[in-house]
Amino acid sequence: MDFSQTLNLWPEHLVRELMLQSGPEDVRHAIRSDNPSPRDLAALLSTSAIPYLEDMARVSNQLTRYHFGRTISLFAPIYLSNVCTSDCAYCCYAVGAGMKGKRRTLTESEIHAECQALADQGFQSVVLLTGDAPRVATMEYLETAVTIAREYFVSVSVEVYALDKEDYQRLVDHGLEGVTLFMETYHRETYAVVHPRGKKRDFDYRLAASERAGRAGVRRLGIGALLGLYDWRIDGFWAALHAKYLQKDCWQSVVSISFPRLHHPPSRYTTGPKLPSDGEFVQLILAMRLFLPEVGFCLSTREKPDLRDNLIPLGITQMSAGSSTRPGGYSSYGEETLSQFEIEDRRNPAQVVGAIRSAGYDPVWKDFDHSFFGETGNGSAHLIEERAI
Amino acid sequence: MQEDHFVIAGRSFGSRLMVGTGKFPSAEALREALVASKAEIITVALRRADLSKPASDSILSVLDPAKHLILPNTSGARTAAEAVRLARMAREAGLEPWVKLELTPEPKYLLPDPIETLAAAETLVKDGFVVLPYIQADPVLAKRLEEIGTATVMPLGAPIGSNRGLKTREMIRIIIEQSNVPVVVDAGLGAPSHAAEAMEMGADAVLVNTALADANDHAAMAKAFAMAVSAGRLAYLAGMGPVRESAEASSPLTGFLR
Repeated sequence: MDFSQTLNLWPEHLVRELMLQSGPEDVRHAIRSDNPSPRDLAALLSTSAIPYLEDMARVSNQLTRYHFGRTISLFAPIYLSNVCTSDCAYCCYAVGAGMKGKRRTLTESEIHAECQALADQGFQSVVLLTGDAPRVATMEYLETAVTIAREYFVSVSVEVYALDKEDYQRLVDHGLEGVTLFMETYHRETYAVVHPRGKKRDFDYRLAASERAGRAGVRRLGIGALLGLYDWRIDGFWAALHAKYLQKDCWQSVVSISFPRLHHPPSRYTTGPKLPSDGEFVQLILAMRLFLPEVGFCLSTREKPDLRDNLIPLGITQMSAGSSTRPGGYSSYGEETLSQFEIEDRRNPAQVVGAIRSAGYDPVWKDFDHSFFGETGNGSAHLIEERAI
Repeated sequence: MQEDHFVIAGRSFGSRLMVGTGKFPSAEALREALVASKAEIITVALRRADLSKPASDSILSVLDPAKHLILPNTSGARTAAEAVRLARMAREAGLEPWVKLELTPEPKYLLPDPIETLAAAETLVKDGFVVLPYIQADPVLAKRLEEIGTATVMPLGAPIGSNRGLKTREMIRIIIEQSNVPVVVDAGLGAPSHAAEAMEMGADAVLVNTALADANDHAAMAKAFAMAVSAGRLAYLAGMGPVRESAEASSPLTGFLR
């Protein structure tokens, strides 16, 4: 059993039909529901829900406060490498995107420098990112990077190419807490078009990666659809089902969803109406919150400061701040290094913290502890050892 | 009426309301709630608190070791080994050797794992800790933990943060009846009336967090809970009449025999 079987139960024509059939009464019913069904989710994502955004926002605010309190967790990305062998049509790292800028993979001392720069700003939670380049950012390299980052931060996640379960296990053994892996799009045909070559072409391997990570003992599973690749209502529906599936299948892992909007694709790619407007973006977040009350919602610096601040009470629980999307961006290298995407919120972490406080929320830097792991990083190995005594 | 002391592991407390520190919108909001609650036992999640920098930590900086017993909790731990490590780390960092065991492997409802909790309690009691385990309202598990030597048992009224009240009332009644250690009803108490109800039943104390953190006026809600806990306790000590299904004559029916 994996998520592809669940996905097959909800083909696009069925989801579209549900959305088309949803009227105001279905939307009101979905908003009132204690335990919304996929049918309710379809109503909340449909155009019939547009007049009900304020009602949805009220419920979303309550549900989020109820499960997370008025708190926002802070994290920062560290780009380890911008070398990439895939050719994703929408990505600035892609070989065929024609973007100028140097390709770099950080050395160990450069990783230390990046970590130090972020730790000095107060961060205790980071995500390490690479392109799709297993021969450059090898498993050994990722293990080393996780080990180094753990010297500086209590929580280390990766956002790298999809791995086998055993490889996730290796990273957990080195102290990895989370894996973020965006499906990009859950729409098979579109997925095939925008991923013309490389290992990433394998839709099913990527689709099942998050559950492999969960089964390998990864505690935090981050998923998401890249908004702008396919109809956001449909991809949003499937992403929500994926989160629900992971909550059941990987019942010991915390699931979170990101909402990356593809604002600045390379010139060869056009998003057109597939990119949700601000209003549609809000509808997506609210619908997801009503369907997934306990799932963490993550908002990156891809969005403008004003919008980010206004989204705080609507369901967001995690934010990045002061981000750089180029390797070495915090310490070593300047503007000549290729970045993955343009940052819209250029405020420094202190300014973002100020905005969170102004909204009446408590910024949370630390939400994990080294003590969860044993000396070698692996909690379960120590359990066995202590039990044996 | 005699003085009513609340004693855990030989230590006496003036308040029967314990307070959790999560989910508050600011350090100031937490401070207001703590002052108004008059609570003396304050629990802190070790995964949230930065014990290396207590002065700048938004939770630890609010607590006053002269007034408060800082009760570290192991929230987020999935296994006994993790919980044991967290507790030892807190003791090494200088906190008193008290620990609220929270083994909640499942992040959605944060329900406690009885097997890991029992294992961790056994290790920590042997290690000299005063152990207060958060448990499902399971009377047999409560007795097993008492036998191991835990200082209290802390059965849940309803899932953490759910504000649903005493959904486990029948099992909590049995736990209170059978227990030789203080019973602290933890989790799910959303209204002062829920806390009063637990105290009326004979619970020794209650622990509240979300209801205070999510209130518009943190101090007022904390005060309301403190009053409810006192009222419920007083009613329990006063000896409440049993709840009856129908009206009952107040003059005895067999009076003619006298």
